[in-house]
Amino acid sequence: MKSLLLMADLLLGIAAAGAVEPGERLADPALEALARAISSHLRCLVCQNESIDESGASLAYDIRVFVRQRLAIGESNEQVIQDVVSRYGTFVLLNPPVQPATYVLWYGPPVLLLVGLGDTLIWLRQRQSRPAAEPALSAEERQRLDGLLREADR
Amino acid sequence: MRRLLYLLPLLVFVSIAGYFLFSLRSGVNVHELPSAMIDKPTPDFDLAGLSGARKLDLDALKGHVFVVNFFASWCVPCRIEHPLLMRLAQQNHLPLYGIAYKDKPEDAQRLLSTYGDPCRLVGLDQSSDVGLNFGVYGVPETYVIDKAGRIRRRFVGPLTTETVNKDLLPLLKQLGEP
Repeated sequence: MKSLLLMADLLLGIAAAGAVEPGERLADPALEALARAISSHLRCLVCQNESIDESGASLAYDIRVFVRQRLAIGESNEQVIQDVVSRYGTFVLLNPPVQPATYVLWYGPPVLLLVGLGDTLIWLRQRQSRPAAEPALSAEERQRLDGLLREADR
Repeated sequence: MRRLLYLLPLLVFVSIAGYFLFSLRSGVNVHELPSAMIDKPTPDFDLAGLSGARKLDLDALKGHVFVVNFFASWCVPCRIEHPLLMRLAQQNHLPLYGIAYKDKPEDAQRLLSTYGDPCRLVGLDQSSDVGLNFGVYGVPETYVIDKAGRIRRRFVGPLTTETVNKDLLPLLKQLGEP
């Protein structure tokens, strides 16, 4: 699954050329592809809604080069990402991690959905059981209804 | 009870709207990100000084409370805070060390020669490696470092008289800078 995502990232990365300049690229194509994939998940803190892979800001350039330097000395994906996060905080990740501060973000919508579903179920149940609970007409009521109907027919 | 239940959506709306209103009026700048470096050891630096001056070496500053200001000659907001820094330097309030971020030595030198140099020492971070290690994402940024060599506070953007009097100077006092 993870490699599939990475593949998709790579294809997207190639389709959109991004802001990577020729001089920044690593000689090893596999490592360069990895750098592109990592970069596409890191927020440019200047533009804030672009990844560093897309951004032309000079800070984005610095972090792209930093990511490549770290990969070149043999660090793993996770280590490289951790290096950036330890300097810039989790806000640098475009995918917010699941941690106490983001519980509402991650679990809020499913909880609301469940509450809504539960409410709907209760409401449907009540509506179904209501007609059965209706008491039948008493003899007196029936007589009066018949009288009214006869009057209307005339 | 039932009737109270019908009020629930309104209550939810009012609390969310109230929260948004409060956030809007609190004056918090969403572009000012919290630093991930607070209470962490200051990243090491050993930078070349300006035109023959001594180099700026973290080891030489260890054991002291000091302030690091990232600035650049191309940075407009830095010009805004510059007179304030000069005033503080003249009153000898600020153990200030400057780091010229992504700046050419001659440009940084020209800036400080023209407008005055509020720093005790200035280091050159042309490659912005030190800036990256500090988590700098724009200039000016100002960091307060304690005697144990930990970053205690970051100020993003130009310092103002208000932040200096309300935050910076009391913090320096608290950290034991006379």
